[in-house]
Amino acid sequence: MSGLAVLPGLGLVLAQMTPGFRRFVILVVVLLGVSVVLTVVSRVKQGPLAHRAGILNRYLLLSLLSLIVLFPIYMTVVNSLLAPDVIARRPPTLFPTDPTWNTYREAWTDGHLNRYVFNSFLVTLLIVAGQVITSVFAAYAFAFLEFPLKRTIFVVFLTTMMVPFEVTFLTNVKTVSAFRDIPVLGSIAGYDSYGALVVPFLATGFGAFLIRQSFMSLPKDLRDAAALDGYGHWRFMTRVAVPLARPAIAAMALFSFFGAWNQYLWPLVVTKDDRLRTVQIGLRQLSRVSIDKFNVTFAGTVLAALPLFVLLVVFQKQLVRGLTAGAVKG
Amino acid sequence: MSRRTREALLGYALVLPSLLIFGTFVFYPFFKNFVLATQKTPPFPNLPKRYVGFDQIREVVGSWEFSNSIKVTLIFAALTVPIGIVLGLLLATLAHQRLAGITIYRTVFSSTVATSVAVSSVIFFTFLNPQIGLVNYWFGRTGALSPLDDPKWALAAVAGVTIWQNLGLSFILMSSGLQAVPDELLEAARVDGAGSWSRFRNVTIPLLSPTLFFAAVIGGIMAFQSFGQIDFLTEGGPPRDRTNVLVYAIYRATFKQSNEGKAAVLAIALFVITLVLTLVQMRFVERRVTYER
Repeated sequence: MSGLAVLPGLGLVLAQMTPGFRRFVILVVVLLGVSVVLTVVSRVKQGPLAHRAGILNRYLLLSLLSLIVLFPIYMTVVNSLLAPDVIARRPPTLFPTDPTWNTYREAWTDGHLNRYVFNSFLVTLLIVAGQVITSVFAAYAFAFLEFPLKRTIFVVFLTTMMVPFEVTFLTNVKTVSAFRDIPVLGSIAGYDSYGALVVPFLATGFGAFLIRQSFMSLPKDLRDAAALDGYGHWRFMTRVAVPLARPAIAAMALFSFFGAWNQYLWPLVVTKDDRLRTVQIGLRQLSRVSIDKFNVTFAGTVLAALPLFVLLVVFQKQLVRGLTAGAVKG
Repeated sequence: MSRRTREALLGYALVLPSLLIFGTFVFYPFFKNFVLATQKTPPFPNLPKRYVGFDQIREVVGSWEFSNSIKVTLIFAALTVPIGIVLGLLLATLAHQRLAGITIYRTVFSSTVATSVAVSSVIFFTFLNPQIGLVNYWFGRTGALSPLDDPKWALAAVAGVTIWQNLGLSFILMSSGLQAVPDELLEAARVDGAGSWSRFRNVTIPLLSPTLFFAAVIGGIMAFQSFGQIDFLTEGGPPRDRTNVLVYAIYRATFKQSNEGKAAVLAIALFVITLVLTLVQMRFVERRVTYER
C-alpha cells in the first residue's frame, strides 16, 4: 500500500513544479527510458547497428549524469557573470548573453580574495612542506634505524590517527593563546598568527606510516650497498631512499595539500584578524553580503575553487593514489 | 660513541619533531578533555573551577541537547553514507569501461573532490536562498522559507549538499575498487553464461565488499566529524537544534556558551564514537587478511 501512496505524492510534487523545471525532469526521465530501451536492443539483437546503439547509449548515460553533477558548478559560473537583477529574474538565465567580468575584479580586490588566496597558499604550502619533512624523517627512522622503544614510538604515531582534530581543538585554541605570553613563540605561533594556522599540523601519523611502508618495500641490500659506497644515513636518505619513494611522497603531499587547503574549523576559531583569513573563511564572509552583491560572491567562489580544480586535472592519478592509499592498506 | 648509540640517537632525533607536535596538539589536549570533563566551568570567567567528578558527565550525557545531537548526527550519517556510496558506485560502474574520451567523464565525476566545504556550501546556500535560489522556484515553493530555515527540510538539505560534495571522493574510492576486480573472473562468469546483472551482483559486489565497507566506515567517521557545512548553512538551527550535529555542539559549547566542561564531555563522546568505528574497520581488515591466507 505504502508503495502505491508514493505515486500520487510524486504527482503532487510534479504538479507543484515550475513548468520549465517540470519539462526538464520529464526530459531526464524520457532520456533514461531511451537508454533502457537502447540497452535492451543492444543485448537482444546482434550486429553492428545494435553495437552502435550500445555505445551511443553509454555516452548518453555518461553525459546525462555529467550534466547533473556539473550543474551546480555551471550555474555558479553563469551567475558570477550576471548582473544581480538578472540573477533574480524568473525564469532563470541559464546562459550569460551579456557577461560582466568585473565581478571577478571586485571579488579579487574589494572582496579581499587576493589576500585570502595568498594566505591559503602560504598556510597550505607551509603545512605540506612541514608534513613531508617530519614524515620522511620519522619514516626513515622507523624503516632503517634500530633504537630502543622503536615499536612503542611507532604505535604512538599510529594512535594519533585515532584522535580526530575535532576532539582536541578546544584545548588547542587555549594552547596557542597561551603561546602569546611566551616571547618568541607568541609572535610566531600565537593566537591570530600564521604560525597558529600551521603549527598543529606540522606532523601526521598517516604520512609517516605511508612513507614508512614505501621505504620498507625497498630492497634490504640497498642500504648495505650504499654503506659500502660510504653513504651515511643522511646521504642515503636524501639521495637514495627519498627519490625511490617519490610516488608515495607525492601522493601524501597531494593528500595533505587538499586537507590543508580545505581546513575550516581551525582557521575559523584561531584567527580574528581579517588579514589572516584563509579562502574558506573568506568565502563565509563573502556569502554574508546582501543579495545585490551575490554575483561577486559567485565570482569569489569560482576563484576559491580554481586552484584545486587545476590540481585535480593535472595530478588526477597521484591524487587517486593518495585518496585511496588508506583503502588499499586498510 | 659506538655505532649503535649513534644510530639510536639519530633515530630519536628524527622522530622528535613529530613527537613534539603530537605531544602538544594531540595527546595533551586529549587528556586535558578528561580533566575538563570533571570540572564545572564557572558562570563568570574569573571564578575558580569546581571539581565535580562524574556529575557533569552524567548531566551532559543525560541532557536533551546531547541526545538530540547524537540523533541528528545519526540521521545525518544515515542520509549521507548509503546514498553517497550508491551514487558513487553507479558513476564508477558507468565510467569503468573502455570508451573513447572516458577520462573526461572520469574527471567530471571526480570533480567535486576539488570543492571544499565552503565552496559547496556557498553554491548551495545560494541555490537554497528563498529569493534568488532555484530550489524553491523549481519546486513551486515561491514565498516559502529557505529549506535551510524549514525545520522539516534543514537536515535533509545539509545532507544533500554533503552528498554532492563527497560524490567525487566516493566515485574515486569505488573506481579503484572496481579496478581491483580481476577481468578474468568476470570473463569466466560471462563464458559460463552469466548476464551483466548477474555478473555485477555475484562477482563484482562480493569482491567490492572491502571497498564498500571501508567507504561506509570512512563515511560514518566523516559524518560524525562534519562541521563546516553546518556552520556555513544553518549554524545548528533552525529552532530546536534540527542540525546541531555533535561537532557543532562542541563548537557552540566552547565559543558561544563558554562552557568548556560541557564541550570536553561532548569531545570525549565524539572520540569514543570515532574509536568504535575505527576498531570495527580494523577488525574487519584483519579478518579479511587471515581469510585470504
